[in-house]
Amino acid sequence: MSISIFQVAGPVMIGPSSSHTAGAARLGRIAAKLADRFDFVSFGLHGSFADTGKGHGTDKALLAGVMGIREDDEALGQAFSIAAENHLDFEFHKTELSGIHENSVRIGFYRDGQLLCEIDGSSLGGGEVLISRIDGYEVELTGNLPAFFIRQQDKCGVLSHITKVLAEHNINIATMKVSRKSRSEDATCVIEVDEGAAGELLTRMKDHPNIYDVRFIGV
Amino acid sequence: MYHSCKQLLQMAEAQKVPIHEIVIEKERKNSGASRADIMETMRGRYGIMLASAEKALEQPLPSEGGLVTGIASDQYRYARNGDTLCGSFLNTVMARALSCSEVNASMGRICAMPTAGSCGIVPAVLMSVGEKEMLDEETIILALITASGLGAIVMENATVAGSEGGCQAECGVAAAMAAAGAVELKRGTPAMALEAFSLSLVNIMGLVCDPVAGLVQIPCAQRNASQAVNALLSADLALGGMKFPIPPDEVIEAMYKTGKMLPVQLRETAQGGIAATETAKEITRQIFGRNSD
Repeated sequence: MSISIFQVAGPVMIGPSSSHTAGAARLGRIAAKLADRFDFVSFGLHGSFADTGKGHGTDKALLAGVMGIREDDEALGQAFSIAAENHLDFEFHKTELSGIHENSVRIGFYRDGQLLCEIDGSSLGGGEVLISRIDGYEVELTGNLPAFFIRQQDKCGVLSHITKVLAEHNINIATMKVSRKSRSEDATCVIEVDEGAAGELLTRMKDHPNIYDVRFIGV
Repeated sequence: MYHSCKQLLQMAEAQKVPIHEIVIEKERKNSGASRADIMETMRGRYGIMLASAEKALEQPLPSEGGLVTGIASDQYRYARNGDTLCGSFLNTVMARALSCSEVNASMGRICAMPTAGSCGIVPAVLMSVGEKEMLDEETIILALITASGLGAIVMENATVAGSEGGCQAECGVAAAMAAAGAVELKRGTPAMALEAFSLSLVNIMGLVCDPVAGLVQIPCAQRNASQAVNALLSADLALGGMKFPIPPDEVIEAMYKTGKMLPVQLRETAQGGIAATETAKEITRQIFGRNSD
């Protein structure tokens, strides 16, 4: 793992806490890219997020994040009223997640009462974050590089299709993690890349019988 | 490429360059950015640090519970009246560190360095040393790069999160970074910069994270002031030729292991230390209208 000096001298953010405010806003923002048109968000706060989150504005930061408000935007402090204007409902509760960092949250995105996506993420300090679970699949997503999140059937040829499309668009893969619950069942793949991606690439990547969904998470 | 203080020092000494040159080289390789891009980005970060180190010097800022409102302007007034124990330089450094903390507590814009809770130490030290030594902005930005490069080594090998390592991981690492930058501004050698880095961490080894009412206000702001002074005295010890026998990488590891040994009550949960005192509990009740536990 190599750390940029701008992960040390940064982030530029709204106070008071890089782990509990800025990291929380980033977690919300990255997580929201995995769900579409949600009207309700549930936040399960674990560990120090539950114990000391309120005084750090962790609740405001998480909510601001899922609405796409960045951690250096002074609108962060008005997250509750902005959510009301946008008709976004939300709730916070304490929860206990196993084998996870002290500053963690489980975010559930809902539309019309249906769960769309459930994400576990942790704020590691200094504004750094890690998404460790998406819909029960173990992943590693830091948000420091552009990334693809792919849902697929666990079959031969899926990964070669994905890497071929990336290679044809001249996109270099930085990290890649495939996760499945059991053989030949549904699986997921997280690929962090060095450059951004255009719409055409996503369309081509999705164009495979065993790929259900592809999402691009920019930085 | 380096991943430890030892490797970084070997490279700087072999190439006969200051630490920032080695740090810039690594950043260029890893990010693909040019030297000019890196300087420009750091210049932008420095601008935000300067603004936050000055914003609360004249004007008290509102914060939740108001626990730190006005502390920077009070200290700044005292620093300027001339009749102090530590002199106006150290008192101004403390006032600037307090200003960053006050801006942070008021949900204002700051640059984490390495965290928001410790955002006042490096800016206060480096801008004040730069001013005292009449150095140009570029020189200060290079010292910020040295400080950040050392912070990155800590992030790679240990932690800068109070919830994981206590205050030593936040304000302690910030002081260590600032000390190394200050040595560079004073034209000390790379070895002296790393000596100062180690001494700062040694001076704060084991410090707990115990925020009253769970807020990043007290004792965080006070520790920004005291750790800015720790950075400066550590820099002076190193510049005076002190050699600490434990190498910086082992000091970082010791800090990390010490953090792991701290019970959870002393790692940002507001359940121990100053946060667990009767008065702190009363403050918590006043702010949140409930018990701290």
